[in-house]
Amino acid sequence: MFKYIITCLLLGGMLGSTVSARYSQKPTSPKVIQADSGQLVYENYCLACHQEDGSGVPNLNPPLIQNEWVLGDSARLIKVVLNGLKGVEVAGESYSNEMPSHDFLSDQDIANVLTYIRKSFGNKASAITPVMVKMQRAKK
Amino acid sequence: MKKSIILSALFGLLVNTSLLANTAPKKSPKAQKSIKLKADVDNGGLTLPNGIGALVVADGLGKARHLAVAPNGDVYVRLNKLVNGKGTVVLKDTDGDGKADQNTSFGNFLGTGIVIGNGYLYASSDTSVVRYPMKDGKIDEAAGETIVTGLEHYSEHGSKSIELDDKGHLYVTFGAPSNACQEKNRQKGSKGMDPCPILEWHGGIWQFDANKKNQKQADGVRYATGLRNVVGLDWNKQQGELYAMQHGRDQLNTMFSTLYNAEQNAELPSEEFCLVKKGSDFGWPYCYHDRFQNKKMLAPEYGGDGKIQERCEGKDQPIMAFPAHWAPNALLFYTGNQLPAKYKNGAFICFHGSWNRAPLKQGGYFVAFVPFGKNGKPSGEYEVFAEGFAGGSEIKNPNEAKARPMGLAQGPDGSLYISDSVKGKVWRVIKN
Repeated sequence: MFKYIITCLLLGGMLGSTVSARYSQKPTSPKVIQADSGQLVYENYCLACHQEDGSGVPNLNPPLIQNEWVLGDSARLIKVVLNGLKGVEVAGESYSNEMPSHDFLSDQDIANVLTYIRKSFGNKASAITPVMVKMQRAKK
Repeated sequence: MKKSIILSALFGLLVNTSLLANTAPKKSPKAQKSIKLKADVDNGGLTLPNGIGALVVADGLGKARHLAVAPNGDVYVRLNKLVNGKGTVVLKDTDGDGKADQNTSFGNFLGTGIVIGNGYLYASSDTSVVRYPMKDGKIDEAAGETIVTGLEHYSEHGSKSIELDDKGHLYVTFGAPSNACQEKNRQKGSKGMDPCPILEWHGGIWQFDANKKNQKQADGVRYATGLRNVVGLDWNKQQGELYAMQHGRDQLNTMFSTLYNAEQNAELPSEEFCLVKKGSDFGWPYCYHDRFQNKKMLAPEYGGDGKIQERCEGKDQPIMAFPAHWAPNALLFYTGNQLPAKYKNGAFICFHGSWNRAPLKQGGYFVAFVPFGKNGKPSGEYEVFAEGFAGGSEIKNPNEAKARPMGLAQGPDGSLYISDSVKGKVWRVIKN
């Protein structure tokens, strides 16, 4: 059992690093396509509150720039999009507006928009895949 | 002629120098005070009408909210985030140049509201209102008492603004923890709850006894309803009436992209200037105000399409409607004599500045003036009174703004004070 878990973790880690290595080393077609469709999702569902440059609105809507919610644990980030969020601090500041659930977006759209966010506004974090979104949705 | 000008200039210079050097022995301290008070060369970064200047009283106080000025000229500023564990800053100018040279603080609670009256200073957190006896501009912190307590804590529109009338009442705003009373707040496709249960305890202004301790919300009276979020309110002493600024709802286009486009969302709905009477109903969440049609329209969450009114026909109308999303966060009826006569009994409004006009450029970020007639209604269009807070000609994202006007107060000499929510700057506006 233990072995199985370790193998899974290792495999997961390897997959994760291959994905991020692919995106960081070869910024070619897959990334471009994904980022562009991610940007479209961002403009339709995120921009109004988080703003065009991801800087958010002081005291109301948190920024998406260089903070652990965006750059850190991808599972937690996916859950924010699926379940919404309110009443948390981001980088020591509180934000009063509630973020609604966006579970109506497809796994692909959520993966695209999160990848866009994690690679825009000065952020550099690994991509999010539809499979990762699917896993979190199943846990919901 | 030339000679006399030169002589006059020289004489002026001499008089000025002697006063500045403090060598005139017979001048009373009061006279020195009025001469030393002068605007900053750059008006603290603000652009103001001719003949009016501004000086920076203090800067870097923190996330400033509303402010009040005591009869002795001390300035009390509420903070939205504690600084060194304190939530209210007291600024004192000891030498009369208008600049604060003593900065102390008190109270371990953050919040927005502050008002001085009845010999007390009242201050609010998001869940309570307390007051302190005030004498000679100083409060007795140890003698503080809770007037309103146990209010529900919620983050969206949760700040409490407060105001006193001249009949012993305290008014407290209860913003709605919601954008449009949808079953799921701000979620696309989620229906508006009908009737909206939020209105029972929120979305209005409650009236309390200003002198009774430990009142719960249920001890107050729902004075007015259908107000999504009010941050700026003021009791007009000439009229004996309460006035308030309503923040209109957000996201018409992102929620209903087939009915409204981004340009329409940037202009709708109105930010409303309301004359609030006991029992007023301004229509939120069922209705929003459209300043182009000058009507209350049925909200799309309740079946509206931007054209029909239905149940909104009878709702109370604003006395003036402003462009959408400008966020009117303070209202002050000016009663002083420091500024030119045209401002007397008119209204100053702080427009904190928008975020929900994106992707179009943002608006607001200035202080407006609205002239008023004797009938208690605006007697003309609004004008820009003070601008330049944000530091640029155009703001695309609110985070770019270097300062945002947040609070207004009138000093004992008629100076107008403005607070900033970004870094905590306080300006004093005077005649120049």
